Amino acid sequence: MIRLLQIEWFKLIHHRISRLLIISYFLLISLVALLATIKVEFGPINFYLAEQGIFNFPYIWHFNTYMIATLKIFFAIIIVAMIANEFSYKTLKQNLIDGLSKKEFLLTKVYTILAFVLISTLVVFIVSMTLGLIYSDYNEIGIIFSDLEYLLAYAVKLFGFFSLCLFFGVWIKRSAFALGMLILWQIFEGILYGVLRWNISASMAEKVYNLFPLNAMGNLIKEPVTRLSAVQNIADQMGEDLSKDYGVNLLEVALVLGWSFVFIYASYRILLKRDL
Amino acid sequence: MGKKLLEVSALSKNYGSLQAVNALSITLEKGNIYGLLGPNGSGKSTTLGMVLNVVNPSKGSFQWYEGSLSTHQALKKIGAIIERPNFYPYMTAIQNLKLVCKIKECAFDNIQEQLELVGLWERRDSKFSTYSLGMKQRLAIAAALVNQPDLLILDEPTNGLDPQGIHQIRELIIQIAQKGTTILLASHLLDEVEKVCTHVIVLKKGVKQYEGTVDGMTHSFGYFELATNDNTALRKLLENHPAVGTIKEENDKVIAYLKQPLKAEDLSKSIAEQSLYITHFSKLKPSLEEQFLSLTEKENS
Repeated sequence: MIRLLQIEWFKLIHHRISRLLIISYFLLISLVALLATIKVEFGPINFYLAEQGIFNFPYIWHFNTYMIATLKIFFAIIIVAMIANEFSYKTLKQNLIDGLSKKEFLLTKVYTILAFVLISTLVVFIVSMTLGLIYSDYNEIGIIFSDLEYLLAYAVKLFGFFSLCLFFGVWIKRSAFALGMLILWQIFEGILYGVLRWNISASMAEKVYNLFPLNAMGNLIKEPVTRLSAVQNIADQMGEDLSKDYGVNLLEVALVLGWSFVFIYASYRILLKRDL
Repeated sequence: MGKKLLEVSALSKNYGSLQAVNALSITLEKGNIYGLLGPNGSGKSTTLGMVLNVVNPSKGSFQWYEGSLSTHQALKKIGAIIERPNFYPYMTAIQNLKLVCKIKECAFDNIQEQLELVGLWERRDSKFSTYSLGMKQRLAIAAALVNQPDLLILDEPTNGLDPQGIHQIRELIIQIAQKGTTILLASHLLDEVEKVCTHVIVLKKGVKQYEGTVDGMTHSFGYFELATNDNTALRKLLENHPAVGTIKEENDKVIAYLKQPLKAEDLSKSIAEQSLYITHFSKLKPSLEEQFLSLTEKENS
């Protein structure tokens, strides 16, 4: 496993654009900390983001994982490129001739994704912990370490999404088209939902829609904004009830893991069948 | 008998209705230098692709090292270059070779020696994308040698090179062969094969036409090229001669292929007995090229 990771790491680290994207990705995550310094003082309006409760434990786990997960697109580009390049440079062929099996080749990519997800989750943990310790109103150990399942949901969400990127990369073989396919797929899920809604009941359509891979990934971490007490207060005053289940649903986690398996296995089958 | 490196049995590949390789069986033994010959599209590259794990066989099987290693494990112990050199363009020569070493699980120690052998040590820190085709091809040879392979497979190594490049690669192959490395050289350039190979395998439309030593292939009874003052009488004599097979006439010269051994003096004596005066007389052996052409053409006619 270490050997396979080393092989992929060697390919990535010498590629300038990948290197740049990886560095920017982690820089951007760390920059979330800068959000804390947003402070608007304009006459009677006095807004200080850090005091709005977004850095309170355990809410910060929810808020940060949700926000930072949007940055996954950076690494999606790297994954698609690191696979499509192997086809366009014909280095996949050369790798196989040099003695890598097709399974090992795919594993270099999967292990890299896994390593990246773990590192990313760790960075999110560190950034959130630091911000929380500085700004949170509650600092009891029990509260700090509650709701950590958001980190699990974050890791699974990234892994699922990257597995899908891997699959598109292997299947389509061209970076630009594979990335386009990701967008098309998103639209496709939406259209299918619309069609289902039209033809069967709305609640049934909703249930099926929740099974679609991209939507299932999106459902893992619910949007955290309406959970903020400030937002809820406003809603209460307007007579709206925004309370819903913001928790991490283990069934949804299992569903995304299932999809990840499907994507990785499908990539393997395609690779196995293809003559190079 | 040498150790069997590769045994191919009844291997076939079809692309749709096109039969690229048809029930091919060959055996490669350690210590020999093989030429894999065939016109373009005869299935050479497809055959190599199959034993190198990049093309899935339709039928048949092959085994490396008498079956003691799986294909991908065995490939770590051989070196191969196919068609054109494939490397990561953004990496330097050294980086590319290091990556090959990581895949093949061999030490980096050998990198300098191989880069010096192919004359790229000076350019070791240049990116692969800046190399000329000849340099790329030489880097591919260095990469194939970096694990000190038991077998070196070369598929059309001089394709697309200028005369100088071709010369350099040929010199390299001869050098490598002299060190005792087993080589499989696929080519349609016959003089290339004739110069270095000890054994040949001839393919045509995916079917094996010949497998054996180069000497065995060129070793026939030879032929005579003759001219006398009366070629009609000469032809008559030859037609009745028990050792002569086919007879052709080209540029006023009669060419007589032998089906049995026949000494030059015996033939000239028979001619003299017919009171014919010889103006041209030579006994020749066919070149590999002529043999190859006759092997790959005979079924067409």
